[in-house]
Amino acid sequence: MSIETPARTKRPSSDRKIGSTATGTKVLLVKIAALAIVDAISLYALFIVFAQRDWVVFGAILLVTIVVNVVYFSKRMLPAKYLVPGVIFLVVFQVFIIGYTAYIAFTNYGTGHNSTKQDAVAALIGSSQERVEDSPAYGLTVVESLGTYSFLVTDPDGDVSIGNENSPLAAVDNATIEGGKAVGVPGYNTLNFSQIVAAQQTIAALAVQISDDPNDGSLRTPDGSSAFVYRSNLLYDESAGTMTNTNTGVVYSDTGVGAFTASDGTELRPGWKIEIGFANFARAFGDESIRGPLFSVALWTFAFAFLSVATTFLLGLFLAVVFNDRRMRGRKVYRVMMILPYAFPAFLSALVWAGMLNRDFGFVNQVLFGGADIPWLTNEWLAKVSIILVNLWLGFPYMFLVCTGALQSIPEELQEAATMDGAKPWAVFRFIKMPLLLVSIAPLLISSFAFNFNNFNLIYMLTNGGPRDVAAGVNVGATDILISMVYKVAFVGAGRDYGLASAFSIIIFVLVGVIAAVSFRATKSLEELN
Amino acid sequence: MTTVDKAKSTQRSFNFGRWFGATGWRHLIGVVMSVFAIFPLLYVLSASLNPSGTLISANALFSVFDIGSYTQLFDLPQQPYAAWYGNTLVIGITTSICTVFLGAMAAYSFSRMRFTGRRVGLLALLLVQMFPQLLAVVAIFLLLNGISDIFPAIGLDTQIGLIMVYLGGALGVNTYLMYGFFNTVPTSIDEAAKIDGAGHARIFFTIILRLVAPILAVVGLLSFIGTTNEFVIASIVLIEPEKQTLAVGLYQFVSDEFSKNYSIFAAGAVLAALPVMALFLYLQKYIVSGLTAGSVK
Repeated sequence: MSIETPARTKRPSSDRKIGSTATGTKVLLVKIAALAIVDAISLYALFIVFAQRDWVVFGAILLVTIVVNVVYFSKRMLPAKYLVPGVIFLVVFQVFIIGYTAYIAFTNYGTGHNSTKQDAVAALIGSSQERVEDSPAYGLTVVESLGTYSFLVTDPDGDVSIGNENSPLAAVDNATIEGGKAVGVPGYNTLNFSQIVAAQQTIAALAVQISDDPNDGSLRTPDGSSAFVYRSNLLYDESAGTMTNTNTGVVYSDTGVGAFTASDGTELRPGWKIEIGFANFARAFGDESIRGPLFSVALWTFAFAFLSVATTFLLGLFLAVVFNDRRMRGRKVYRVMMILPYAFPAFLSALVWAGMLNRDFGFVNQVLFGGADIPWLTNEWLAKVSIILVNLWLGFPYMFLVCTGALQSIPEELQEAATMDGAKPWAVFRFIKMPLLLVSIAPLLISSFAFNFNNFNLIYMLTNGGPRDVAAGVNVGATDILISMVYKVAFVGAGRDYGLASAFSIIIFVLVGVIAAVSFRATKSLEELN
Repeated sequence: MTTVDKAKSTQRSFNFGRWFGATGWRHLIGVVMSVFAIFPLLYVLSASLNPSGTLISANALFSVFDIGSYTQLFDLPQQPYAAWYGNTLVIGITTSICTVFLGAMAAYSFSRMRFTGRRVGLLALLLVQMFPQLLAVVAIFLLLNGISDIFPAIGLDTQIGLIMVYLGGALGVNTYLMYGFFNTVPTSIDEAAKIDGAGHARIFFTIILRLVAPILAVVGLLSFIGTTNEFVIASIVLIEPEKQTLAVGLYQFVSDEFSKNYSIFAAGAVLAALPVMALFLYLQKYIVSGLTAGSVK
């Protein structure tokens, strides 16, 4: 979008006119102050990102800062002054994330694959440590600084060093020595016995690397007063890129699947994030235990969205016709009553209905059906019916409102003329009112379809997508729609699979794109733009 | 003559069949639909007034009147209801004010200025708003996770982070709604002000914004309702219970102990719904006009 291009019709002269007045100076000062704050924040961000050597983010922040400054200090670029703030948010949190989703879909990002290879090596070595049998005892004092615990260590030769979780041991020469053991060092507080007891879990979990090389092992303490060398039973060979289990002798190597893999196929977890091409899509469409659920979920998504629109529209239209009669009294009262479900927050409605439709205790079974045992939300097909019914309750007021509005905007003369020509009421409705109504309602029906296509709240809060499909290779149920499936694969349960979930998201994007194309054609919004 | 008229009208009011044929059946449908519409709301209100608590005792409608559940609601250590309520209001109000402001600025420039890329920009907004943010929920989570490494204050598990994500959707449908309304304000007003020496900012803030106040109210309200109802993104961004919103908190509350504490949940639901419903019914006329202009709940 070329929003930065200068305005053609606006001349800079009108800007200067205001700048010379007193209010103009005030405005200018406010503008400079606001920009100063923005620039200060950006500068801070740039420093942090610079320290982390993340050049892509650095470039992005720098670019945004420059654009903002140029736009607001320039005398021209008037439209950009009004567009830039919203567009920045739009680009980052709407456009960028779509592209980022596409990127994630081509990675194995997820539980066990959410970091870099270096992190994975450190985590593997850290998690498989065992005490070295003949390790000498190191004199230990636990010290604390700014909430971080460190080990002050006196090795068997009498050399003193200090280190913590994030930094390996480094020599210190100004420690206080008592009885051959360092007990304090300037800048740190020495923990007494009761403090050690209070923090014993943290201290017991603390491992301080002896040197920069993780293979050298690290110090841990069982009691808070002496430390021993713990060494990993995994040995990382950096030049060969392999992990060797020193107990069993098995060699795990990087075979390009994002984890160290032995020759028999066993993988060491955690692995790391890599780009895996179309593998997620291949799984989605090739693996029978995923392809089956994916197709049935997609089918149900379309069926649900279509039935939602159809049922709410038909009921709303019917009610609009029924109440569109001037002779009838108390129409306003009925109208308010019927709007209430729409005014009630939607997520609460679904939760309330979930309670009413509960199989064992719910109102519907206990009172309306006299203690029956109908599995409204736990039977595959009844759950689908329940969802459509609850959505009818949620959605008919909207359709009632818009249909009433559309009916009332149809001129009375048309009806009178048709009646004069001998048309029966049904014919008047079918051939005169309905076509006129559809002209104004059709775009709303399409946007309602698009909305229900992703009506996550209703599905997730009413049935939680259940009943669960046990045969499926992913966490998915009979009433899940595509978006709730994405959510469950990515965030629910122990095994999170961001890559596969993003691949599903991309599939939804394609489907929504098709709906959007249809909608554009139907509403002819494109031609209305001037 | 008057006696004849009177006789006629009394005769008509007693003719039930004719009355039913004309408008009576409409009342019948109206009553049935009103019961259907209002019953779940009465049910939750009744459940909230019955502090014995379980789902099954909620079935005896309005047998007990006791506000015990409402006081208990604020004493749950694991479920900080008051904090959820405050968070929802803060996030909802901040988001809707910023959304109105960003949207109005964009609509002003699209409506009043002519520049290269204007048509493309409008089309792009129309296109982008077809893809709701929740489709990219995984990317939002990972993006905020990345931001957390640099700026913990605006990353994951912060309300500012969540508001920023919501503001990504501030343009889009809102700009469109406002753009149409801005176009109905005659440009001669701007021109008159311009001749009097007013700059673009003064025209925008002191003239245009006042004239388009109704659409600002509609967009603000729809944005507020949309934000308070939003679950997907809020549930993955906000992790600590004290930071969560009503939608996230109440959902977890219900899924943790569904049939045991139904009364407390119902009390929470009633309190959460009251302000939204009051606002909605009060501003009904404006909202309906906004709805027909192309927005869905």
